[in-house]
Amino acid sequence: MTNLIQVNVVAADREIWSGEASMVVAKTAEGEIGLLAGHEPMLAILAPGPIRVTAADGSKVVAETEDGGFLSMEHDNVTLVVRDAHLVS
Amino acid sequence: MAAQLRVYRQKIKSAKTTKKITRAMELISASRIQKAQQRVAASNPYTTAVTKAVSAVATYSDVDHPLTRKVENPKRAAIVVFTSDRGLAGAFSSAVLKEVEQLTKRLQDEGQEVVYYLVGRKAVAYFKFRQRESINQWTGGTDVPSLETAREVAEEITEIFNRDLDAGGVDMIYLVGNQFVSMMVQEPTTTRLLPLEIVEEETASEDIFPLYEFEPEVDKVLDTLLPVYIENRIYNKMLQSAAAEHAARQKAMKSATDNADKLILNYTRLANQARQAEITQQISEIVGGADALSTVSED
Repeated sequence: MTNLIQVNVVAADREIWSGEASMVVAKTAEGEIGLLAGHEPMLAILAPGPIRVTAADGSKVVAETEDGGFLSMEHDNVTLVVRDAHLVS
Repeated sequence: MAAQLRVYRQKIKSAKTTKKITRAMELISASRIQKAQQRVAASNPYTTAVTKAVSAVATYSDVDHPLTRKVENPKRAAIVVFTSDRGLAGAFSSAVLKEVEQLTKRLQDEGQEVVYYLVGRKAVAYFKFRQRESINQWTGGTDVPSLETAREVAEEITEIFNRDLDAGGVDMIYLVGNQFVSMMVQEPTTTRLLPLEIVEEETASEDIFPLYEFEPEVDKVLDTLLPVYIENRIYNKMLQSAAAEHAARQKAMKSATDNADKLILNYTRLANQARQAEITQQISEIVGGADALSTVSED
């Protein structure tokens, strides 16, 4: 099995999605970023736009945010904190 | 005599009606506490994530941000008061207002002017009755707080905090509201919101923050994070207050129901006594009458 990362997508009033994933693609204030396992620790501000997660089983999860938020990555744990996001698919 | 009995029966009936209402409210609150607690629990991942991120940034940069800068001699403070919209919740709102009065006194003794922001109809009514000023009020929906209200409150108090003192700005911002401790205990608590004290949530063992890469720069990240953090603190306070409100109401309604039971019991006893007295009197009247008759006929 390839390396996986633990992903949590949380909104202010609930957890939107959590699980293992192989890749997360999100839009930060400076451009799109793709996160794989072993990425260096980072804290980034998210811009409004889609968050795409490739889950461990290969399925894709897309969440949309109008407000932005931030993401933190450390020890293969990605937390995407968005105020009002919803799953698109 | 019969009149006395009727009065007792009326009182029993009214106590029974009241009991039905209080019982219903007790049950409603009981089910709402659960929902309120679920909301608190549901917002926890967000709170944890935000707090963690803020403390991570704080540990890696010398935090010097307008929102964390302490003023040497604070001149004006704002208190955000969180009460409920509706009463019948025991000392829920009055406990908070009492706490507010104490805090006000303390701040005034330190030579600070105090301004208020009110959340909940009870606080608004309290201030209106005493003809005291408040800058802004939010009413409606204290039992199911919305994120929008939290955001509005956050924006408004951040704005007044950043404003110059001469233009009506404030140096300190306090939040006073009920904290849900347990089903039986709700505690009015005061927390200082601004300037921010970065409280590091009990950092679990070996939980040393890695060397983060920030995107964009640290300052920008902090700029974005702090308002989110403030908003979250307010939202959290509102959720806590909502849970506490339901718990307080359930408690108050439970004791009201118990009291109604006691009243019904007492009045039933009195009513029985009155009925018995009435019967006794009637018997003695009959006996007396019969006695009188028999003496007459003997003659």
